Amino acid sequence: MGYRKVAIVGAGMTKFVRRALETPRELAWLAAKAALDSAEMKLDQVDSVVFGSAPDAFDGLHMKGEFVADGCGAWGKPYLRCYVGGGTGVYAIAQGWLHVASGLFDTCLVTCEEKMSTCQPHPQAAFLTIFDNFTEQALKPNLLWIFALEQNRYMHVHGITQKEIALVAVKNKRNALGHPCAQLGAELTVEDVLKSEVMAWPVHRLMVSPTSDGAAAVVLAAEHVAKRVTNKPVWVEGVGWCLDTAYWTNRDLYYPRYVERAARMAYEMAGIREPHKEINIAEPYDPFAYKELHHLEGLQLAPKGQAPKLLADGVFDRDGDLPATPSGGLLGVGNPIAAAGTMKICELFWQLRGEAGARQVPGKPRRGVAQAWGDLMQVGTVVVVGV
Amino acid sequence: MGSRIAIIGLGFTPARPTSSHQSYKEMMFEAAQRAYADAGIEAADVQSFVTCAEDLNEGLSIFDEYTPDQLGAMLKPMHTLTQDGLHGLADAAMQILSGLFELVVVEAHSKASNIVAPDWVADYATDPVLNRPLGLNPHYIAGLEMQRFLHETGVTHEQCAHVAAKNYRHALRNLAAAYPAHLEAQDVLHSPPAFEPLHEREIARTADGCIVLVVASEERARRSAAKPVWVRGMGWANGSFALETRNWARPDYVRHAADIAYRQAGINDPAREIQLFEVDDTYAYKELQHLAELGIFANAADAARATQQGQTQLGARLPVNVSGGVLGMGNLLEANGLARAAELVLQLRGQAGARQVEGARVGLAQSWRGVPTTSAAVAVLSVE
Repeated sequence: MGYRKVAIVGAGMTKFVRRALETPRELAWLAAKAALDSAEMKLDQVDSVVFGSAPDAFDGLHMKGEFVADGCGAWGKPYLRCYVGGGTGVYAIAQGWLHVASGLFDTCLVTCEEKMSTCQPHPQAAFLTIFDNFTEQALKPNLLWIFALEQNRYMHVHGITQKEIALVAVKNKRNALGHPCAQLGAELTVEDVLKSEVMAWPVHRLMVSPTSDGAAAVVLAAEHVAKRVTNKPVWVEGVGWCLDTAYWTNRDLYYPRYVERAARMAYEMAGIREPHKEINIAEPYDPFAYKELHHLEGLQLAPKGQAPKLLADGVFDRDGDLPATPSGGLLGVGNPIAAAGTMKICELFWQLRGEAGARQVPGKPRRGVAQAWGDLMQVGTVVVVGV
Repeated sequence: MGSRIAIIGLGFTPARPTSSHQSYKEMMFEAAQRAYADAGIEAADVQSFVTCAEDLNEGLSIFDEYTPDQLGAMLKPMHTLTQDGLHGLADAAMQILSGLFELVVVEAHSKASNIVAPDWVADYATDPVLNRPLGLNPHYIAGLEMQRFLHETGVTHEQCAHVAAKNYRHALRNLAAAYPAHLEAQDVLHSPPAFEPLHEREIARTADGCIVLVVASEERARRSAAKPVWVRGMGWANGSFALETRNWARPDYVRHAADIAYRQAGINDPAREIQLFEVDDTYAYKELQHLAELGIFANAADAARATQQGQTQLGARLPVNVSGGVLGMGNLLEANGLARAAELVLQLRGQAGARQVEGARVGLAQSWRGVPTTSAAVAVLSVE
C-alpha cells in the first residue's frame, strides 16, 4: 500500500538535566522553537500540533496537555496530546505521521516534554499510582522492583551475566560524552557499574537512567513541503505501536512480544524483510541497561538471548556493524520520560543527515530505527526513518 | 476529506449519577460488547483502538495501561489521548485515511462517581503559579466568562435559563440521560446561586457512563451490519490556555474547529445544511456561545432569542441537544463528545425513539473540555 510520504524536516531539544527555572510550557517551547529554527520554519507554517508527556502526577497537574498547549505552539491550531506512558516519545512521531499521512494536514509540530524534578522528594513516588488499585498498590511496589523482576527473568532464561548487562551502561554513558545535551556522560568500566549500589537485585545504580527535565521536538512535513524547506529530508518510512495486556504478572517477561509486534508493523510499512541487515543505526529504549538488549531482541536486531554476545563483540559500538544508541540513550543523555523517546528520533535525524558531530556514526548510515517502551512492561512504539 | 469514513457500530452504558454495580472496566466491556454486536464484528476484527482519558479523573497514573483487556485490544495498536472523545474520533479517522487500518475503535468513559472531590481535581488543571494559589473552585472561571458574555452580547440571564430548561426537558425522552427534569426557565433562575451569575441548575452535574464507537473505511463500511453514518468532517483546535491572555469575549477556538470540519464536509451554511445539533452545554450560557461560534446563528443574541422562542427545541427547525445535552445527560468528562456523536448516530439511523428528529440527514456534534480549558472539537456526520 502506498502511504503519503512524510518527512522529518527539523529537530531540536533542550539539555536534559534538573531545570528548576523553567515551567513545562517553557521547556516545550524551547524544544519546539529549536525544531522550527532548524527547519527554518515559522509557527504560522505549522498546520497541526502534537504533544506527548508521561504521567500528569509528576507536575501535580490535571489536564497537562491543555496547560502545555500554547508552549507547543498550539494556540489557534488543531492539537492532540497522545499518551502511552514511557512509549509516548516515539509514539508521538506516529501520531504526527497520522496527521500528515491522512492528508488532513501538510505539517505537524511534535513536541514531547517531561519535568520530573517538581515531584518531591522523588518522582518514583508518583509511580506507585500506576499499579492496579486492588491487587498491586497495597504491596507498595516501585518500578525498580518490577524491572528487577524482568531483568532477572531475562538473565535466567538465557544464562546472561551481570557483566554482560553492565556493558550497556558503559557503552551508552561513554557515547553520551559526545552529546551536548547529556546529563550523565561518563567514562566507566564494567567493574564501576557492578560496584555501584544495588537498587533492587540484580539492578545496580549505574544500570538505571536518571530522572531528568527536558523536551525534544521534531517538525514533520508532507513531501511537497519537505522538498521546499530542506534538501535533506529524513523520511518516516514506518511506524508501529502495540499494547499488551495490563495483567503483566501473567506474562513471561523474558521477551517483549509487544515490541516485536510494533517492530513488525513498522518494518512491513518500510518494506524491511531482514532488519539486522537493512537497518544501519538503532536507538532502542534503554531506561535500564538490560532493556537495551531486551529491546534489540524485540526489534529483531539480535536473535533471542544473543544481544549480550553481539554487544561484547562490539557490534553495537558506534563504529560497529549495527551501532545501538549512539546518542548515549536514556542512561547517558538522561530520561525525561516522553522527551527521551523523541530525543532518539532527533538523534536519528542528525545521524542520517551527517550532523551528529562527535557522535557521528561512520559510513553514511541511511536507515535507522527508534523504539520506546512503557506502561506496565506493556507497550512498544517503533519508528523507522531513512534518507 | 479525501475518502469516506463511517461509524458502523455504537455501544454505550446509560449515563447515571452513580454506578456502584459496575467498575469502569466492566462498564467499558459492556459498551464495547454492544458496539461490536451492533457492527456485527468481533473484537478480533478490530485493527486499532483509541481511548480518551485523563489520569487524575481515573485516579491512576499512566491510565492507558488499563485500557486494552476489556476492549479485547491486547497485543494490538492502541493508545490514549488525554482529550475528549471527539478528538479520539478524529484520531481514528486519521488512522483510516492514512491507509494504515480499516477498522478502528474509539472509547471514552466517565466514572465520575469515583472522584471524591471533582472540583478539587479540576483545580489541579489551573496554572499552578498564577491561578491555583487563589484557592478558588474553578467553576468561577465560567462565572467570569458568563458575566463577560452577557455584557458583550446583551443576552439575558433568563435566556440562558431557557437553554437549561429545554435541555432538562429533552432529557425526559432519553433513557440514557442521568438528569432529566421538567423545569421552566424560572425554576432554573430560582435554583440556588452558585458562581455569580451562574445558578446551580445552569451547571452540568457529573455522571458515569461509557461510549464506544466502531469506525470503518468506506469499503469496510459497505460490508457492515448496521447502516453506516458517515464522518464528513472533523475539526479540533485549542485557544490560549492562560486566563491572562485568552479571549474572554468569545471561544474563538470553536470557530477554528468548525471551520476545519466545515471545509472538509463542504458545508457553507450550517443552519441550512445541517438539521440536528449536539453542542456543548456544560454551562447553560455555553450552548448560546457555541451556537454563535459554529455559525448556526449570526450571533449569540440571535441564538438566545431563538432559544427563548422555542426554535431550538425538539420539533422546531433547528433542534439543539435533543439528547438532553451535557446538562440533561450529565457531564461525562472525556466522554462528552462521544455522547454528542452517539446521539447523532441514533438520530441519523432513525433509532432515537421518542425524541426522533424527523428528516435529519446531517448532524453536528461539538465538545468543549470544560474549565479551565480552551479545547474544542467538532464532527459533522451524515447518512448521505
